[in-house]
Amino acid sequence: MKNTNCIEELKKEFDAYAEMYVPEGLDREEQLRMYSIMWVMRKFEEAVKPLWMANKVHGYYHPYITEEAIATGIITQLKRSDYVGSTHRGHGHLIAKGGDINKMMAELFGKEEGYNKGRGGSMHISDMSIGMLGATGIVGAATAPAVGSALKSWIKGTDDVTVVFFGDGGANAGSISEAMNMAAAWKLPVVFVCENNQWAIATDFARVTGEQDLYKRGIGFGIPSCRVDGYNIYQIWDTAKTAIARARAGEGPSFIECKTMRMLGHHATDDSWYRDMTVCDKYWEIEPIKRMGEFLVENKIATPEELEAIEAEAIKQVEASIDYADTQCHEPSLDTFYDYIYADGEVIK
Amino acid sequence: MAIITLRESITQALREEMARDEDVFIMGCDVGLRGNPFGITKGLMKEFGERRVIDTPISEAAFTGLGVGAAIAGMRPLVEILYCDWLTLPMDNIVNTAAKTSYMFGGQANVPIVIRAPFGVGGGVAAQHSQNNENWFVHVPGLKVIAPSTPYDMKGLLKSAIRDNNPVMCFEHKRNYSLKGEVPDGEYTIPIGKANIRKPGTDCTIVAYSYMTYVAEAAAAELEKDGISCEVIDLRSLLPLDYETVMDSVKKTSRVVVVTEAPLRGSIAGEIVGEIIDRGFDLLDAPPQRVGSKNSPVAYNEGLEALCTPKKEDIIAAVRKTFE
Repeated sequence: MKNTNCIEELKKEFDAYAEMYVPEGLDREEQLRMYSIMWVMRKFEEAVKPLWMANKVHGYYHPYITEEAIATGIITQLKRSDYVGSTHRGHGHLIAKGGDINKMMAELFGKEEGYNKGRGGSMHISDMSIGMLGATGIVGAATAPAVGSALKSWIKGTDDVTVVFFGDGGANAGSISEAMNMAAAWKLPVVFVCENNQWAIATDFARVTGEQDLYKRGIGFGIPSCRVDGYNIYQIWDTAKTAIARARAGEGPSFIECKTMRMLGHHATDDSWYRDMTVCDKYWEIEPIKRMGEFLVENKIATPEELEAIEAEAIKQVEASIDYADTQCHEPSLDTFYDYIYADGEVIK
Repeated sequence: MAIITLRESITQALREEMARDEDVFIMGCDVGLRGNPFGITKGLMKEFGERRVIDTPISEAAFTGLGVGAAIAGMRPLVEILYCDWLTLPMDNIVNTAAKTSYMFGGQANVPIVIRAPFGVGGGVAAQHSQNNENWFVHVPGLKVIAPSTPYDMKGLLKSAIRDNNPVMCFEHKRNYSLKGEVPDGEYTIPIGKANIRKPGTDCTIVAYSYMTYVAEAAAAELEKDGISCEVIDLRSLLPLDYETVMDSVKKTSRVVVVTEAPLRGSIAGEIVGEIIDRGFDLLDAPPQRVGSKNSPVAYNEGLEALCTPKKEDIIAAVRKTFE
């Protein structure tokens, strides 16, 4: 049930809060598709922590939980040949681009059948066949290379668009500003999306950031920029639609700051001891899946039963991916140790 | 055959590869209108357009990143860094993205980028325009590194680098740019990873690359007068490095001197000596010798600058030491 008092309280501190509305051009079918994609993201990541505890998955994984509306509202509008530059928090981006969760789960298990043949893991998930340029382990580092894919579109004269994601932490990395400047100078077909969850690992972004309205940085580079409510999938979709169309028409980049709040630890085993997590209680009232579900029912776009069926289907898909990764996939053979360091099968020891 | 400068050999390679493959493009500071500080890319923007010869802002970190990303997306970028000293700025994109992407992605993507950088000591341009940091990149799995010394080698190797599906670092010694040499009129390439015996000899092997090859040749000529026959090997490529040619030579001479213009501490000279010992300690009649620059930044003052780098006399002394 919606806690209206709580939301009224939240509005006082969450300056990006925006009311939900169905934008023009977004039909029921597409809304339900987005809703189901968000559930796949959520169930996928909820499944990973127990797998980590069971030692099936290791290393770092950074949950996208409660940020699902951002990737979903934006990436689902792209075509297959469009590009996405991701972050270390990249599972959601891949799912929204149409990635295969079986191959992603297999990668988290470190298996040969995984997206990266077990060489990359959660932080480097990529699928070049759908323009998914890869997650990255270095905050801020993937932005310039992702803009490079837009440079290709610009040189070749194609209408492919690149959407590149980074966080409030990454926003403070210098090469992102450099890349934004070049994108603006040459009118590259890019949409810059800042997922501002307000925390860079254990550092509150407000402690290390002068101008805290991050979207204003885009304005400084001459890029049309705005801030949206990162929990409001409709506003995100509507804003991204304009930005993507602008890029596709060769009119240049846009910058969208999606303001949200990190509601879990930085990675799977971070217990967030350094911050007061009760702050998040209010935000859970507007987490994007709950919020969209409530909106769909209130506005009679879908029935509760339909939404339950969508959630159940997501659980089924994720369970199947775990079964695939755990029982049907294989460890990389150790005699393939030197594979892929160089292209075309070349081995340089 | 035409006799051209090394600078012109680079221009030829760039022009021919850009004409051959529409995915090849150049980006860097002042590469377009000005044609780079050494005139290497002069005229190419006019010939191929502003989207294939791209003047960038002074944003080495990000424009190299853009190049890396364009390569991942299927292009063949030639990124130019004005002086190799400034490779520190895009280092992350080179080491963490260009070199590792093919591996991290399980072979899903290649990164066919060439990064060209003038390097080396000379001309009184002081510590931030005079470095030899080629050996940093030899340490990085996933990269290839070339440092050719003649117009013929430069053109053939650069063409191979552009066609290679891996990231290749191309180091061009500033002192070599005006050196002239014969280059065939027609199409040719030289494979990356093959050294060249510049002067055959029987008594001592001198391994060198880039500008130091010429210094080594001068040393060998002088030693020849004293009856010491040196074999001078120009490595041309540093990664992969042609140890077969090096070891074949050491088998013959039983003595070896390795020369680099980089500061000696931590340089590739030590690595090469280590590899020679691993592969053929028993072949050696004398301890291998290393010759490199002093462990110092490069000075502006002519006398101090000259004191820094290896001279003919240093190489001669090192060769003589192998006979002690």
